Amino acid sequence: MSKKIADATIPTIPLAARFQRWFGRNLIRVYMVLAFTYLFIPVAYTFAFSFNDSGKSNLIWKGFTLDNWKNPCGAPEVCNALANSIKIGLLATIFSTILGTMIAFAIGRHKFKGRSTSNLLIFLPMATPEIVLGASLLSLFLVFKINPGFWPTVIAHVMFCISFVVVTVKARIASLDPRLEQAAMDLYANEFQTFRRVTLPLVAPGIAGAALLAFSLSFDDFIITNFNSGTVITFPKFVYTAAARGIPAQANVIGSGMFFLALAIVIAGQLVNRRKAR
Amino acid sequence: MSFDASSARGDLILTRITKEYGDFKAVDDLSLTIPKGSFFALLGPSGCGKTTTLRMIAGLEEPTVGSIHLGPTDITTTKPYQRPINTVFQNYALFPHLTIFENIAFGLRRRGIKDVDAEVNKVLNLVELPHLAGRKPTQLSGGQQQRIALARAIVNRPALLLLDEPLGALDLKLRRQMQIELKWIQKEVGLTFVHVTHDQEEAMTMADTIAVMNEGKIEQMGSPADLYDDPETAFVANFLGQSNLIKGTISGNDGDSLIADVFGQKISLPKNRSHAVDNSIYVGIRPEKFRISLLNTPVNGNVLTGGRIEDVSYIGVSTQYQVEMPWGQELMVFEQNDDGVAPFNKGDAVNISWAPVFTFALRGDEDVTAGSEVNPEVLDEE
Amino acid sequence: MGKIRTPYLLLLPGFGFLFVFFILPILNLAQTSTQTPVGGGDTGQYEQTFRFQNYIDAFVENKEQFGRSFVYALIATFLALAISYPLAYAIAFKSGKYKNFFLVLVVAPFFTSFLLRTVAWKQILGEEGFVVPTLRSVGIISDSTTLTSTAFAVVMGMTYNFLPFMTLPLFASIDRIDPRTLEASGDLYANGFTTFRKVTLPLSMPGVVAGTLLTFIPAAGDYVNAAILGSPNTKMIGNVIESRYFKIVDYPTAAALSFTLMAAILILVTVYIRKAGTEELV
Repeated sequence: MSKKIADATIPTIPLAARFQRWFGRNLIRVYMVLAFTYLFIPVAYTFAFSFNDSGKSNLIWKGFTLDNWKNPCGAPEVCNALANSIKIGLLATIFSTILGTMIAFAIGRHKFKGRSTSNLLIFLPMATPEIVLGASLLSLFLVFKINPGFWPTVIAHVMFCISFVVVTVKARIASLDPRLEQAAMDLYANEFQTFRRVTLPLVAPGIAGAALLAFSLSFDDFIITNFNSGTVITFPKFVYTAAARGIPAQANVIGSGMFFLALAIVIAGQLVNRRKAR
Repeated sequence: MSFDASSARGDLILTRITKEYGDFKAVDDLSLTIPKGSFFALLGPSGCGKTTTLRMIAGLEEPTVGSIHLGPTDITTTKPYQRPINTVFQNYALFPHLTIFENIAFGLRRRGIKDVDAEVNKVLNLVELPHLAGRKPTQLSGGQQQRIALARAIVNRPALLLLDEPLGALDLKLRRQMQIELKWIQKEVGLTFVHVTHDQEEAMTMADTIAVMNEGKIEQMGSPADLYDDPETAFVANFLGQSNLIKGTISGNDGDSLIADVFGQKISLPKNRSHAVDNSIYVGIRPEKFRISLLNTPVNGNVLTGGRIEDVSYIGVSTQYQVEMPWGQELMVFEQNDDGVAPFNKGDAVNISWAPVFTFALRGDEDVTAGSEVNPEVLDEE
Repeated sequence: MGKIRTPYLLLLPGFGFLFVFFILPILNLAQTSTQTPVGGGDTGQYEQTFRFQNYIDAFVENKEQFGRSFVYALIATFLALAISYPLAYAIAFKSGKYKNFFLVLVVAPFFTSFLLRTVAWKQILGEEGFVVPTLRSVGIISDSTTLTSTAFAVVMGMTYNFLPFMTLPLFASIDRIDPRTLEASGDLYANGFTTFRKVTLPLSMPGVVAGTLLTFIPAAGDYVNAAILGSPNTKMIGNVIESRYFKIVDYPTAAALSFTLMAAILILVTVYIRKAGTEELV
């Protein structure tokens, strides 16, 4: 019986069925290509026009040049705006990461009265439209006769970054195995040593991620900044104001530079993670 | 082409199935007939192709070449939802968002069955969990989830029920209990069960027929007793229980028996249990078939003399010995502790004897370690 | 004793900060919203008169922009969901070992300033871009039709800008689905569409809810897309609030509009969460 089957010719799969499978598999690939094309069109456009020999208005392609990349501060104000954005971003990142991490540890590692209220207070700023956040903070500054400017902007950024830091760090804390801390205590580490030697190193990637997120949120923010920065020009503000008459190609250089820098940081982070995981 | 695959019934026939992933052949020119109403086990180590075979029968994978028939109907490229075949998945795959009742009713509702309530309740009673109908899967223990997964499949009365390592996640005691229950349920509902497992004991307890798979091919197929008593390859001899394989040469012929020379000592074995192709063989004996005796005690049957006890492990029902033979090989012997005789001691000089009918012979060019180095406890993650 | 105090000590600085710079401003905004101009005072001088009529005036005067904000945000949210779902599904189930790579690709465009990308869309869709002349030469749009300064451009810009807020939570919840439950569904006589409706979609509901909220809330309050890609005919409520603050210096109306926007969003969100039946958002 089994001999007879083994000698039979090998049945093949009908072409129609094969085509159907192939189509099903490749349809989703085609879709991914289209979706990512859509996502990257403006990035590619921005990058391409950073090489435009444009003069003042970077609207029409006039020819290839490397001048913009050689002299990214060539356009008036653009580097000043960039410097302001970086300063504000760094300050906002430091403060929001410290405050947010403390809150995340309180909520993620302790049971206490008012924990759900705390969660709500963290959720609310994320659920409030940016324009309301910006406008309300400006009204408060006006009441206390504080002029909008550099420090009010930093405060505003810390305020809206804290929630994102809390959520990111809390997720990392939640994914920790509590038995690791118990093991540390079992091996004669007191509370502080356990925190310093076991908990903190394990949560560190989450904190680093939260800091990166806070910086990018701050760096990219326009609406809240616009309300609270007064005469201080940040990079997004610069782009917004310049948009009406066409932004200088140097802004494209800076935008593309930030893109590649951020990409490099993320890829480096992933490689480090992968190496650690081994 | 407008046949109704869902009404197909009968034997399951796989014809020359090959499944390739890139360069890797998961299943290699496999042919197999599974008779209607049988409890069939596909047994093999991790990565042997048994799960891939099961997935092709379920319709979750499509063979690269070959065909699958259920009775007269070709179901090779039929979608999983058009086959009268249901699966009890590894780790159960219960729908976490649905209640137990709705999990079981899922297939019935898709097929537009009228009396869902009655059918679901009937099968819940069969698995003895009617009180859990309103719960969610995460509120159930592993054993309960296992039974619900089974109920969800058999409620559809498929022509074929596939079980993919269904007991792998349960602890030993529960596993033994479920093995008996599964066997009973199969008799009760009278379905064809195809069971994939890496656990030889599980396969032997439950199945009428076992196919031992290795590297995408079927090594041997038969009843549990046939496979155990008369393995045809070293892989089967080692994977299904343990075997002592001793190098030898066929030197003569005596009616229904063959005479073999084993390092200068003569033994006999039944002709029909020799799977050798020439005179070079491996003589195979299961450890529990051996008897140990002190040098001057008279014994019947085959005898190998000149052994020395190297190690003694007392296991309660039996004692396991390692006996070093003059040619340097260590043989394994399991003695039942049922005769009140004190165990032998380390260092004792002994003979080893056994009844000739328990001897089998394999080809002399086999790899004697095949099937023994695989750890059957490693969960199958194909 | 120390153990009980620890969480409160950890919370104190952060929550103190949020109280002063988030809660107080909102309360202050509430107070501002019922003020009226000081008789004979300068522009920008207001006194508290508890004039709740401010709300009605502000709403009636701007109901068109309100409606537009919600309609645009709803359409953008729906489009983002339609684009993101297959993408998140493909990344979760069909990308194998490249999963992380594709996730980085989803986020990567957002490393370029969001304003730069919005301006890029304006130029791509503008008269000098390559889209309009192409569509005209093929005859899909007439010579007089433009793409910028239209509702289409504004909605498209919003869809684009808020896309990762949709894709990432969707991915997170689809990725958690055990693919074997989908196989089990197929095994139990559900075809592809039924499997999606009965298993995939319900199991990914937390992601759908989180994604739509994270997209809808900022979209409803947005004014940058409308300002850059739109025209006076596509003004949203955000544009009105902004100009009340900076150009007209009418703080009470701006405050009343802000509060109405916030209240409307909160009501919509609450109703939506109730309907969607998920409460594990925070």
